[in-house]
Amino acid sequence: MAKDKEVKELSYEEANKELESIVSELESEIHNLDAALVLFERGQVLARHCADLLDNAELKVKEITTDGELKDIE
Amino acid sequence: MFGSPSTTWTVTQVNQQLRELIEAHPPMQDIWVQGELSNFSRPKSGHWYFTLKDETAELRCVMWRGMAENQAYVPQDGQALEVHGAISVYEARGQYQLYADEIRPAGEGALYQEFLRLKAKLEAEGLFDPQRKRAIPVWPRRIGLVTSPTGAALRDMLNTLARRFPLVEIILAPAAVQGPGAPAELVAALERLNQYAQSDVILLARGGGSLEDLAAFNDESLARAIVASAAPVISGVGHETDFSISDFVADLRAPTPTAAAELATPERTELAARLLELEADLARSLQGQLQEQRWSLKTAQQRLESRSPQARILSNHQRNDELTRRAERALQTQTRLLHSDLAGAQARLMALNPAAVLGRGFAVLSTQEGAVVSRVAQVAVGQALNVRVSDGRFGVQVQDEDN
Repeated sequence: MAKDKEVKELSYEEANKELESIVSELESEIHNLDAALVLFERGQVLARHCADLLDNAELKVKEITTDGELKDIE
Repeated sequence: MFGSPSTTWTVTQVNQQLRELIEAHPPMQDIWVQGELSNFSRPKSGHWYFTLKDETAELRCVMWRGMAENQAYVPQDGQALEVHGAISVYEARGQYQLYADEIRPAGEGALYQEFLRLKAKLEAEGLFDPQRKRAIPVWPRRIGLVTSPTGAALRDMLNTLARRFPLVEIILAPAAVQGPGAPAELVAALERLNQYAQSDVILLARGGGSLEDLAAFNDESLARAIVASAAPVISGVGHETDFSISDFVADLRAPTPTAAAELATPERTELAARLLELEADLARSLQGQLQEQRWSLKTAQQRLESRSPQARILSNHQRNDELTRRAERALQTQTRLLHSDLAGAQARLMALNPAAVLGRGFAVLSTQEGAVVSRVAQVAVGQALNVRVSDGRFGVQVQDEDN
């Protein structure tokens, strides 16, 4: 699982998936207060990261040449 | 004339008899005729009158207005055409003619026959089998595009992808999409993408055109390259009504290039809405956890209280009183600690209020009936909508639609 990774390195998919699993963990299992708060805070960071990605993403377009090289196009 | 049958026919009878003869002859009643168009005329009545000719003969044709209105295009003199209809006699003139109901460019018939033959062959091999088709990933990270670098299809797809899911990386493998070299270029582009740029999904696309324009997408080698592709392929070739062999073998068929881009990606606004939901769930789930803590605190308190009188019954009253006091003090400290934790957690929860999410620049659009707007299809040009932002509401009117 991506838990040890820095949140800002996560892809949208990874961050969103982990957020979903934190929510369902908090919904289904009883944790002591500290553990619940740790999960909650990570959930918040993940949610903020997802929102940032959605707000700021710009489509990246590359072209593949006949030699199989990728070059940027605008 | 002596010795000949004595019946004399009127002109009307002759023409009528000929007409009945021709109309009773099935091959003449459902016929495709090919030839060059000449004398095309389109009077105010809306009917079309024209002549089909080849090197040695001519055939008069008429197409009534009701049929003429349904034709995909208006032909011009000199064009090679195939015309469908029924032969009959215009009795007033003693002239037989083709009563046409459909025209198409010459050569389409042969192309279409080839299309049907290949379709039947590949279908028999099981290449159209739904079981064989692969699932399209919900969250693509990299999408390969096989299309013309200069076509409207590319522009449409890039616009759609940028609007819906700009998190994705696009790899364009340019290829000619019509002309004699197109099938080989399309196959090479598809193979190049699979070999050098692992894509999660590949879009194979071209804008609309005639059956001849779309011929490259009815090519057998392209069909087999689609089947062999490592990444699932979505085809978006032509218009809504056009079907190509590529469509049948692709893992998913989209009616247009734009639709292919839509089928390949989740929509940003839906993701944003789901994210808001998740944030609310997160807050609620923490509330649930806090509720559990309160409850177990209460239980502990009750257990402690129920024990202290028991303790008093023991012989050493003083010691017991002291123990009780210590226990109560400890309990108070615990309670205080837990209450301050709870207060801290609640403060964090407040920060997660959906209003704070609006404060980041998201807005909620709703109709005047109060329905939340998440799709273009829900609104019409001119419709008034309500916008909710962090500090209030205002009204807007829909100007144009993107889809």
